[in-house]
Amino acid sequence: MSVLVGADTRLVVQGMTGNEGSFHTLRNRDYGTEVVAGVTPGKAGQDVEGIPVFGTVADAVREAGADTSMVFVPPRFAADAILEAADAGVRLIVCITEGIPVKDMAYVRGYLRGTRTSLVGPNCPGVISPGEANVGIIPGEVCAPGRVGLVSRSGTLVYQIVHEMTSRGIGQSTCIGMGGDPVHGIGFVEALELFQRDAETDLVVMVGEIGGDDEERAAAFIEDHVTKPVVGYIAGFEAPPGKRMGHAGAIVTGSKGTAAAKAEALEAVGVRVGHDPTSVAALVAEALPD
Amino acid sequence: MDLYEHMGKDLFRAHGIDVPRGIVAETPDAAAKATIALGGRSVVKIQVQVGGRGKGGGVALCATPQDAAAAAERMLGSDFKGHHVSRVLVEEQLPIAQEFYTSFVLDRSTGEYLALMTAEGGIDIESLAAERPDAIRRVHVDPVLGLRAWHVRELVGTLPLEAREGAGEILRRLWDLLQDGDATLVEVNPLVLLEDGRVVALDAKVTIDDNALYRQAHVADLMDQFPIDPVEKRAKDAGLQYVKLDGHVGIIGNGAGLVMSTLDVVARAGAQAANFLDVGGGASADTMATSLEVILSDPAVDAVLINIFGGITRCDLVATGILEALDRVDATVPIVVRLDGTNAEEGRQILADAAHPRIVPAATMLDAAEQVAALVTGAAA
Repeated sequence: MSVLVGADTRLVVQGMTGNEGSFHTLRNRDYGTEVVAGVTPGKAGQDVEGIPVFGTVADAVREAGADTSMVFVPPRFAADAILEAADAGVRLIVCITEGIPVKDMAYVRGYLRGTRTSLVGPNCPGVISPGEANVGIIPGEVCAPGRVGLVSRSGTLVYQIVHEMTSRGIGQSTCIGMGGDPVHGIGFVEALELFQRDAETDLVVMVGEIGGDDEERAAAFIEDHVTKPVVGYIAGFEAPPGKRMGHAGAIVTGSKGTAAAKAEALEAVGVRVGHDPTSVAALVAEALPD
Repeated sequence: MDLYEHMGKDLFRAHGIDVPRGIVAETPDAAAKATIALGGRSVVKIQVQVGGRGKGGGVALCATPQDAAAAAERMLGSDFKGHHVSRVLVEEQLPIAQEFYTSFVLDRSTGEYLALMTAEGGIDIESLAAERPDAIRRVHVDPVLGLRAWHVRELVGTLPLEAREGAGEILRRLWDLLQDGDATLVEVNPLVLLEDGRVVALDAKVTIDDNALYRQAHVADLMDQFPIDPVEKRAKDAGLQYVKLDGHVGIIGNGAGLVMSTLDVVARAGAQAANFLDVGGGASADTMATSLEVILSDPAVDAVLINIFGGITRCDLVATGILEALDRVDATVPIVVRLDGTNAEEGRQILADAAHPRIVPAATMLDAAEQVAALVTGAAA
């Protein structure tokens, strides 16, 4: 079992005919993901190595039975692509695109509140359920099937920490890259809720960073609703206030959003917080039930 | 991107929001002339991308042009909270009856806009929120609905009757600016009621979303006016995510999270990073070479740490890029390299075969941090 994506996922890729889009679509298919369609306006009827291209997401849902969309559309068209997919009724949208104006994302998030569609991203590496399906750009080779759920704001820290776990023989149920933008879809709270409910997940790793209050809200949620062990990591202790560290959302504003405050909030509710990616894997090994 | 006050006020004016008449000055003489043009008295305010100017001596009430020149003389070229002052805004003095505060900010935890209004002006909004939260009216605005009449009535309801209409009009126009201008913050502190009944924005703090600059061309053009570190400029021109820091270890990594984590691990090993540099996903040999050139051009750098976890990025290309860079620039400092992930074996082999005297291979991220820390602490001794 896994969360969000799995063996039953039927994927449509918006922007599949672009360079990045086709490269990662084929990698996802090679991993075992069932990729049923691509969407590029004006290119209906074409195909990418046998994957049919449709002009709209609605067509991909109707004719190919797509239930999950991955968005690889350039930033200025990406918000519209998400809205189109939600309107076509897919249950999950994974948006990889980086650089979407935050006003557009605020509107998208407001619209999604009234639908049954979930969003992961934007500016994220995607979601992988090892051995079942890979939707995004997380390198499947570093993962292994297992019983640890992982959710992270940073993409490369997913790779780094998963690699450390896999090297120790610890596999993963699902790894979720929630993305580094200030306004995003599924966050720590939603991911923790999914993993808590998932019978095949024994422990959750959450990887945070400076900026915003996602980690603090996760701590409050853990206290009230999570009974499984949680191991945490926070990046950015050395980040100075007011400087954006790469990710649009990674910025300490005044005294708010510091790594120290986040680590403290998590430790206060019993989360074991590692000092570096290696010690996170060690803490996971200690905390995993036999 | 945080705008200078005078730039924010230009945007306010363009949206029909009443602001004091003002002139930007870059010399004491220009400040005196501006004061004459404004009727002989003025307010002189430093222009920096940081708040707290009122309490920090960054605002002067000037009764004569000579006063204004003296104030400008004191301010120009000075350093305010680490920001260099290169210009002042000279404004007319207005007869103020009462001061208030208002702002709109994008609330990242909900994805909605949060509007604030309080009848207490010239205050630090964060202390007021902590001490007397009831003094502040708060309204969440769903971006799909937009700002509605009831939002405005709720907000201005905390103001004296005679200010409500004017303040309501300003709220509607600030909302337009927020939406048309891709602002993530607009703050007016203070918003004032004048003795003649007009409501005027006495200050303007505006932050524009960097991701939206492609459709805010007139704002993007303003970026050249902000001071920028030369190394930072070079990195930006090359399309790299770079932030200058205070230490001596140059850092290159792929992915914002991994680079932040690298800074932390280096600090725990006892050294300080000279920078944050993210080469991004799928870094090519050329990107690697440019990054290394940028880092090595910073005189503060005593050693470099390259920390790459290959996902989409291939470590063999990274290794080739490092060697190319070392052909192009003359490295005088040691470069610790840690490669892991996609094609890491090939990458390590390429570096081993080259046997470059400056390159120090490291097996893990922690090992790399410890080696580089030992190198810089040795260099300082």
